[in-house]
Amino acid sequence: MLSYLVRRLLVAIPTLLGVTFIVFSIVRVLPGDPAQAMAGVHATQEYIERVRKELGLDLPVHIQFARFLGGLFQGDLGRSIRTGLPVAQEVWTRFVPTLELTSVSLFLTLLFGILVGIISATRPYSVFDHVSMFFSLVGLSMPVFWLGLMLMLLFSVRLGWLPAAGRGGLAHLILPSVTLAASSIALVARFTRSTLLEVLRQEYIVTARAKGARESRAVFIHALRNALIPIVTIVGLRFGALLSGAVLTETVFAWPGVGRLVVDSVSARDYPVIQGTVLMIAVCFVFINLVVDLLYGAINPRIRYE
Amino acid sequence: MITLRRLLRHRLAVFGACVILVFVVFAVFAPQIASHDPYKFSLAKKLKPPSVLHPFGTDELGRDMFARIVFGTRVSLMMAVISVAIGLIVGVPVGAFSGFYGGLLDLFVQRLVDILLAFPGILLAIVVVAILGPGLWNAMLAVGISFVPTYVRVVRGSVLEIREKEFVEAARALGAGNVTIIWRHILRNCLAPIIVLSTLQLASAILWASGLGYLGLGAQPPTPEWGTMLGRSQVYIRVAPHVAVFPGLAIALSVLGFNLLGDGLRDALDPRLKGRL
Repeated sequence: MLSYLVRRLLVAIPTLLGVTFIVFSIVRVLPGDPAQAMAGVHATQEYIERVRKELGLDLPVHIQFARFLGGLFQGDLGRSIRTGLPVAQEVWTRFVPTLELTSVSLFLTLLFGILVGIISATRPYSVFDHVSMFFSLVGLSMPVFWLGLMLMLLFSVRLGWLPAAGRGGLAHLILPSVTLAASSIALVARFTRSTLLEVLRQEYIVTARAKGARESRAVFIHALRNALIPIVTIVGLRFGALLSGAVLTETVFAWPGVGRLVVDSVSARDYPVIQGTVLMIAVCFVFINLVVDLLYGAINPRIRYE
Repeated sequence: MITLRRLLRHRLAVFGACVILVFVVFAVFAPQIASHDPYKFSLAKKLKPPSVLHPFGTDELGRDMFARIVFGTRVSLMMAVISVAIGLIVGVPVGAFSGFYGGLLDLFVQRLVDILLAFPGILLAIVVVAILGPGLWNAMLAVGISFVPTYVRVVRGSVLEIREKEFVEAARALGAGNVTIIWRHILRNCLAPIIVLSTLQLASAILWASGLGYLGLGAQPPTPEWGTMLGRSQVYIRVAPHVAVFPGLAIALSVLGFNLLGDGLRDALDPRLKGRL
């Protein structure tokens, strides 16, 4: 197990280096003169030169990359063009709201996705099954930003029950997290249903029932445990979808997170901030995939890490 | 024929195909279907709710929403088809060669795919737009590029499986070259996953391209693009909710159509793909 962990971490290193290189290249491959592009159309020649110097754009590329990496290890991601603040600081203050939003959405996904899937699988072709599978199909096809707008229209503009935007107490969290979780709940529910249905047909379930195990025991102890591995995989993969959905959801609800920071900095062409936020999201994603991988072993002892 | 019969028996897939057909008709006959000019504005008529003359109401510049959504079908379908084509044209050959030759090439390509897949979902497209700048064509390119890694993965997986089959051995014994084997014998047997993936990617392409539009990073106004229309509607949501309802409905319906058809195609072409695609 430990050696597997070490090996997985070692494999993650080239991926992380590659991600860093792509993020590093964002500024360098800008069409035209990158320093000019970053400084803006109306910048003076003097300012453009300062930008070039500050970013080290006048140095050879491999030295630039080494300096970029060196800066990363010291937590230095450069300074924002818009605000002049250190990028690391800006990204960090936006990180907590995003973590709050995505983890609540992940919780909703696990709770409702698996619950609906189990009920559907144990009562296949019932009214509940048909209705929930129909809604999950709709949930998968709805653009997250439109769902957000429609929920906002209903619950804050029309009914006035919930705040339309911003971050504050629990009430502010409800609409964005439900919006973000909707498609994941839909996917996990469908997947749990089909996986569990397949497991319930296995012979060992028949055996368990024949032994006189209660239905709840057959489903929860015998079937669910075996169905859980593919479900955990899907939920793990959904985390990426949640991170990318957060970019849109945060924009809809003016949620002060990393996703909104990405969009704002792309619109403002604030390249150091784009680099910092994109790097942060990608590193989180790689790390989460690693955790999901390790979770398999905890759920299924048959998986041996060699 | 068996595939077609299986597909026709799949009621949801037939429904999906019908939805797509309606959108295609909208796109082709847009000038005949829309009774108004999608670009002609009249500030006197701005943000009017749905009426007989304007069935979907008017937007913030008094343009007919129905006409804009009908013409928007052209933009969205074009963006979807072109971005999927980019993913196909780049991803399929790379995946095929990587799987067929293996070795160092495969190792290199797979690490590259790992790196690209580390940018979840729409983020890779946003990175590309950050470099190229916003706009209709750049958004298409961005979405297309972010589809490439998925195609490489799926095609490589299928090629690895098929390259061990006996008919490949037979073709080689007959003196066929590598390229002939890949093109004639292997890729033709990978068609099922490629077709299914492409149909499902068309749905994702519409979602992502309109997402970029919503964020202001895709098609720019006055282009009647559904996502861009939604992005501008948010300001007026309190006074004129209809400007936010209809473009989103168009996106959701077209995505639903492609998703249903893709699911049906998967079950009809190769049920074993379930769970992989």
